[in-house]
Amino acid sequence: MVANFIFSILLILAVVLFTKNVRRIAQNILMGKKQRIDDQKPRRWKNMAWVAIGQSKMTTRPLSAILHIFVYVGFIVINIEMLEILIDGIFGTHRILAFLGNIYPVLISLFEIFAVLVILACVIFLVRRNVIRVRRFWNWEMTAWPRSDANIILVTEILLMSSILVMNAADGLLQVRGDVHYAALGPFLISDLMQPWFAGMTDSALVTLERSGWWFHIVGVLIFLNYIPYSKHFHIFLSFPNVYYSSLQPLGKMVNMSNVTKEIRMMLNPSAVESATGSEEEDIGQFGTKDATDLTWKHLMDAYTCTECGRCTSSCPASMTGKKLSPRKVVMDVRDRIEEAGKLICRKGKDASDGKTLFDRIADEELWACTTCNACVKECPVNINPLEVILEMRRYLVMEKAAAPGELNATFSNIENNGAPWQFSNEDRMQWAG
Amino acid sequence: MTGKEKINVPLMAELAAREEKPEYLFWVGCAGAFDDRYKKVTRAFASILNHLETSYAVLGTEETCTGDPARRAGNEMLFQMQALQLIELFHSYDVQKIITICPHCYNVFKNEYPELGGTFDVVSYVEFLDNALSEGRLKPDLSKYAGVRITYHDPCYLARANDVTEPPRQILRLLTGHLIEMERNRHFALCCGAGGGQMFKEAEKGDKEIFIERTEEALETQPGIIATACPFCMIMVTDGLKYKNREDDVKNYDIAELIAHALGK
Repeated sequence: MVANFIFSILLILAVVLFTKNVRRIAQNILMGKKQRIDDQKPRRWKNMAWVAIGQSKMTTRPLSAILHIFVYVGFIVINIEMLEILIDGIFGTHRILAFLGNIYPVLISLFEIFAVLVILACVIFLVRRNVIRVRRFWNWEMTAWPRSDANIILVTEILLMSSILVMNAADGLLQVRGDVHYAALGPFLISDLMQPWFAGMTDSALVTLERSGWWFHIVGVLIFLNYIPYSKHFHIFLSFPNVYYSSLQPLGKMVNMSNVTKEIRMMLNPSAVESATGSEEEDIGQFGTKDATDLTWKHLMDAYTCTECGRCTSSCPASMTGKKLSPRKVVMDVRDRIEEAGKLICRKGKDASDGKTLFDRIADEELWACTTCNACVKECPVNINPLEVILEMRRYLVMEKAAAPGELNATFSNIENNGAPWQFSNEDRMQWAG
Repeated sequence: MTGKEKINVPLMAELAAREEKPEYLFWVGCAGAFDDRYKKVTRAFASILNHLETSYAVLGTEETCTGDPARRAGNEMLFQMQALQLIELFHSYDVQKIITICPHCYNVFKNEYPELGGTFDVVSYVEFLDNALSEGRLKPDLSKYAGVRITYHDPCYLARANDVTEPPRQILRLLTGHLIEMERNRHFALCCGAGGGQMFKEAEKGDKEIFIERTEEALETQPGIIATACPFCMIMVTDGLKYKNREDDVKNYDIAELIAHALGK
């Protein structure tokens, strides 16, 4: 009875805290500019099914794709066991799903197979990150925290899966010994093989072990649940909506700045625009992106969806040739900046400012190294678009600060004066024909 | 293309003066008009258009920049000024179809001009050539390059940006039995390093130039020819071959040139 009570309190606490954190993230995302995305719903659902649920873009790197599938499917399948644990915890039952009869051991055995696959995948992931040191996990933006975050996630998953297996092994042994509280439900495919490890234990020690496994698992899950909103692991929730809301346009299409169009039309034909919009003076607003709040909510959702896998950076021509630009860093910077801005507003109110911007995190040198080749966008398994952020920040540099590199300023004046980025006379345009 | 003899290229303005209208506007682009190496590609493609008796014309001195490099470099104001001006010019000639050789021009016309009021039927020259070949309207000498190892470098603005990956390959497979893919190809091809305004500035500090990385990858296929389909890629790959001292044994040709050569032009 006490146990049920403690369990229920823990569960409620965990859910309340998690909800609070999710709301905090949602509020931060909504600090971005409004953008309506409600077109072509069937295509969006299809994208989500294919890219997010089906993980189609992961396959370009087969080893991590397969291992990730183990963890991903394992996570989903083992959540069925979570359901049993929740019911048992609240009502003080033991293995409530046992009423399924012969299916039950099959189900548990399946969970156990996935538990082993998850452990296997996580161990290989840890080795890749910390022993082999795969380059994309050691880029300069992968400082102590992002690296630890990844390790914490992997170790936690290994512990959570192990505790299920230990719990089942102890349970199985007690079943074999005919303990009245442990009805014979087995065999369990994997944990039965572990039984010899615990064979020397007394019945009461086994009961303690079994209970410890159960509590370790569920308390671990509840703590982990509340760790996720502070971690790159949040992708397990946001990947799906992020893919759903991702752009359906060809990658080559840049977002049009309608405020610029309006300004130019006004310059060319002042009377026509005035009569069309009424005489109201509308604020043209700032050009480009200076701070994270100048981006759209979708860019901010991108930032919270990023799991720092670094596929973008490892395929970026600038990154791979030693330039300072890393698309992953740009996305991480956006996230860290909106977190910072969100915290400030939480503490000091809606209009608080710390005088900082995205440019305190992202250097001009990073922005100017981009070739706009779209490799990062193409690579991202969850359809994050780092390029749009880079281009929006370039727009701010050029149009608000006139801070383009000198050679590009020369290019601009060539286009303006000669109609070509090079300084050639327009009269020579037909020389090619001989 | 042997000599520098003048080839006959119709001008939009001249046709309009005769109250004629071509089917296609052939958009030459800045590199096509001003880059010495790429002018040969423009000539090659125009000669193919003439060979096909295509109804087309160019804008000549009326052509100006699409604004693409300005837009990618953050100067939206300049981009839109150029774009709105060009759209007006296109409308004044009642342009319906545009053929481009430059993938960057192709991309802005196709994807970015419609939002500014300029919707046209935009065709890349690789799509156009692929159609002409598959319909049998172009009959190049298929023995010319049959034994040559050719690798194809995908321009970002055709492949990734617009999913145009197969037409150039179909053309090359027709011309050679030895089309060798680089490790990174199609949607995952490595950029030549020129896009996004980089063509017009020094690269940021790094430990390698992108064009050298890509040229080395191309050379790993041991090609006789590196085929390109973009003026800026061509400038980069040609530079890469010079840097690697391979310009004598490996040639960089545009797809249009290969066809023109195989047509005996």
